[in-house]
Amino acid sequence: MATTTTDAAPSPVKEPPVNPKKIARQRRKDSVSRIWRQYRRSFMGMAGLGILVFFVIIAIFAPVLADKCDLSPICHPNNPSLSPPSSQFWFGTDFQGRSVLSLTIWGARVSLIVGLAATLITVVIGTGIGLVAGYYGGWRETGLMRLTDWFLVIPFLPLAIVLSVILKPSLLTVIFVIGITSWPSTARVIRAQVLSLKTRGYVERSRALGSRDFRLVTRHILPNVGPLIFANTVLIVAIAILTETTLSFLGLGPDPTVNISWGTILEQAFGQGAAYSGYWWWIVPPGVAIVLLVLSFTMIGYALDDILNPKLRGR
Amino acid sequence: MSTRKYLFAKIFQAVLTLLFVLVFNFFLFRGLGDPTQLLAKQRGNLTPAALEQLRSQLGLDLPLPQQFVNYLKQSAQGNLGLTFDNQPVSTEIAHAIWPTVLLIGTSTIASIVLGIWIGIRQGWKWGSTFDKGALGFTLILYSMPEFWFGLLMIMLFSVTWNIFPSGGMQSAASTLTGTAHIADVLNHLALPFFVLTVSYLAEYSLIMRSSLMEVLGDDFILVARAKGVRERNVRRRHAVPNALLPVMTVTILSLGYILGGAIVIETIFSWPGLGRLTYTAIGNQDYALLEGLFLVFSAAVIVSNLVADLLYSYLDPRVRAA
Repeated sequence: MATTTTDAAPSPVKEPPVNPKKIARQRRKDSVSRIWRQYRRSFMGMAGLGILVFFVIIAIFAPVLADKCDLSPICHPNNPSLSPPSSQFWFGTDFQGRSVLSLTIWGARVSLIVGLAATLITVVIGTGIGLVAGYYGGWRETGLMRLTDWFLVIPFLPLAIVLSVILKPSLLTVIFVIGITSWPSTARVIRAQVLSLKTRGYVERSRALGSRDFRLVTRHILPNVGPLIFANTVLIVAIAILTETTLSFLGLGPDPTVNISWGTILEQAFGQGAAYSGYWWWIVPPGVAIVLLVLSFTMIGYALDDILNPKLRGR
Repeated sequence: MSTRKYLFAKIFQAVLTLLFVLVFNFFLFRGLGDPTQLLAKQRGNLTPAALEQLRSQLGLDLPLPQQFVNYLKQSAQGNLGLTFDNQPVSTEIAHAIWPTVLLIGTSTIASIVLGIWIGIRQGWKWGSTFDKGALGFTLILYSMPEFWFGLLMIMLFSVTWNIFPSGGMQSAASTLTGTAHIADVLNHLALPFFVLTVSYLAEYSLIMRSSLMEVLGDDFILVARAKGVRERNVRRRHAVPNALLPVMTVTILSLGYILGGAIVIETIFSWPGLGRLTYTAIGNQDYALLEGLFLVFSAAVIVSNLVADLLYSYLDPRVRAA
């Protein structure tokens, strides 16, 4: 979309640059700033971005906000266990006397890292498969799409559970498992886009001028697929974070002695019967954090979809 | 493509997919993981001799192709191996199927009906106060882990207010029969049913809303209005039926997700179904049971996909041509 836009806002430069690369770059810049102008007007999008920035800051400055030592049960042996919120422990303490606030702050890191890294894997696999299938067609398409359909049908969480049980629990395992199980929808979206793009005039023109497949794909197909799948990608992050939480809750998350995620806090709270004993402060903060972070990605995704999806535009 | 050809093609595909799952299952546990090591980890300290005996007993010492043939034969006969405590996996699964069908069946139907109804009201007047409020509400539901919502509901309804039991499918040591027994089960069903219904409602309302919004931009809606069809009928006869088709696809594809939700919800409510069985299997590192459960979950999704495909082609004959 970025390069095909002809009705982009007039560039502020009086003399249009003659170099074709400069023109392309200028157009891309224009369309990004046009999208940003539209995005800024969306309340949902800006609210989502605000929440996301808040959590990113918390994740980056976690060591400043909460001593890493707080995560270890042996660090503060004199802390009261299961104490309700107080001026010393704003969110109370868990069964090992750890501050729930500190646990929640550090959990932001795990969730963001897993969400983003797993999405990266998903997008790379999904885009690769979608591109090859859509661009080359023929037996490659048949084979790859059959594989995609298979993965689409296999229930996602049971597959993730089976993989996590077989592999050794660690942060990398969780990222790998989520990434490897969630690419099929991306592959389908990309393939559909590539199928429609490869018949466009400018792609054929470029091919007639002697462009090789690699150049066609990197210069003409990918830049145009990108914006369309951007919203989809943001929504994948939301699902990846939720999946990490669920896997951790089932005891299949990253090793809790190394990385404590929000799902792990909830797993321990559930294991200790917090819901039945009324230790609400142990359950509410990590849950609210999950909802807010996932919600931020969902809201950003929806706002982007409104702007980038041509079907919804112009009504 | 003729209807019969289409039917056969779809059934053939489903059988192929099921075969793929079988092969995948086999190599997942025997290729990716080393079954002997898994067994050793599961059963604690075994002497090398005992381990060797166990291996030959389970046929793990045979060459891989031979194991694969045996595995296919046994699966076809419904023999899925033995669990951690030497019960047949197939019996364990058979016991757990009906509670899951009861819980998942009722709550899925409820969330589809409710979700679609909300989505229609939203999409028909998108941008209205109701639409905005419902959108915010459903997006929050969509972003919420089901099990966390379930824990909150247990805290409120079971612990604080003591209205509903917090877990199980019937009262302990219950000797109730007839209607009293049914009432007891329904009482236990209420809370997990509510949690699952509300958790999945957003999935359907969001799709229905955007699908209806897309259809409303189509020309035939303009035509219907121009020829003077009453608004109520534009919605009921023209807009909604066309918007429902894509929703159906999503509904069926979401069954895989719902099974995931069932695992955590059954876990926190101690509902004696397949989900809770999965949780137990994870805790015991019970690979044979997990393998069987994975097969059953996949088969359920594949079969419902097939049904949906056939239903879809009946409702929208255009897909048969494609």
